[in-house]
Amino acid sequence: MNINKINETYIDVLKELGNIGSGNAITALASLIGKKIDMKIPTVRLMELNEVQDISGLADTIIVGIYFDLEGSVNGNILFSLDVESASYLIQYLMGVNVGDEFTEIEKSALEEIGNIMAGSYVSSLSTLTNLDMKISPPAISIDMAGAILSVPAIKFSELSDKILFIETEFFEGNRLIKGDFFLIPDIESFDKILNALGVELDG
Amino acid sequence: MDNFTFRVGMADARVAKCPSKLVTVGLGSCVGIILYDKVSKISGLVHIMLPYSNQSKNNSNKLKFADTGITALIDMMLEQGADRKYIISKIAGGAQMFATKANMDIMNIGARNVIATKEVLSSLNIPLVSEDTGGNYGRTIEFDCESGKLLIKTIGHGIKFI
Repeated sequence: MNINKINETYIDVLKELGNIGSGNAITALASLIGKKIDMKIPTVRLMELNEVQDISGLADTIIVGIYFDLEGSVNGNILFSLDVESASYLIQYLMGVNVGDEFTEIEKSALEEIGNIMAGSYVSSLSTLTNLDMKISPPAISIDMAGAILSVPAIKFSELSDKILFIETEFFEGNRLIKGDFFLIPDIESFDKILNALGVELDG
Repeated sequence: MDNFTFRVGMADARVAKCPSKLVTVGLGSCVGIILYDKVSKISGLVHIMLPYSNQSKNNSNKLKFADTGITALIDMMLEQGADRKYIISKIAGGAQMFATKANMDIMNIGARNVIATKEVLSSLNIPLVSEDTGGNYGRTIEFDCESGKLLIKTIGHGIKFI
């Protein structure tokens, strides 16, 4: 795929992929916590590498990032991000404990597991849809500056490209107690595979 | 004299004349390389993402890599009047943000970036004066051209000057 020739058709298809995947991920979260979760229409973004660190607000904002490698026929990664308040609320709600100044190891594991359930639902729905083999690695968590966390998927993408293309879906719980972001970032060659599998003709 | 703060993003580089400042916010596995001519007080910052340009299929952006990024920054500084023989370096970053057993290659990219950066600086005979690298946390760095000190801010791992 020539990343500079991405047209409206590709973007619409990728948005729909984001819609289906995130819809499943959010349903999984909703049933886990027994609350209604809404999501925005996914956005497909093509960015210069030097812009990437600010996509979740300022690069030095602290966020909770849960990272997965995407493996199988499709390579790349998935990043699930939450603001710290949302993560604290999830822990409080699911574990019945108040989060102190820092998340404990058990609380971090719980957040990883929530991410795992969501990313698993996302990927399995896309795998069914495209008939491509897609798996995720075990989750890994980091609670740190947004820019530093976002650099990890960006580095992976940058091995093959000077711009980064990704599908982002924002979601929130009805009372805005939980807000998060889901990023699907297949590498550039995998975007081709996905689009091909869906019968989208690629030119250039 | 103009006094600006230049923010340098990933795969990007800037040169500043004192008292203008160079800043990079949220360095993760990338490495921020400060080059500094102590005499003219011209400073440069390049924010590299990957070790060597010849290991990548896409190497059109020179500032993405340690090797081509450092040489490009030196050229930019010389154009602004820096003297090659006075240039020293300080580096920060190269963290492993996510610790997992899966896919060690990408997870160790921070360490590989640091090794490559040091190799390149050494091959160019640029002294590495100080560094703050590795670990599993992000860093925001700010270079003070007057003192030649590099301020390193972290979340939960303190603030220091190197």
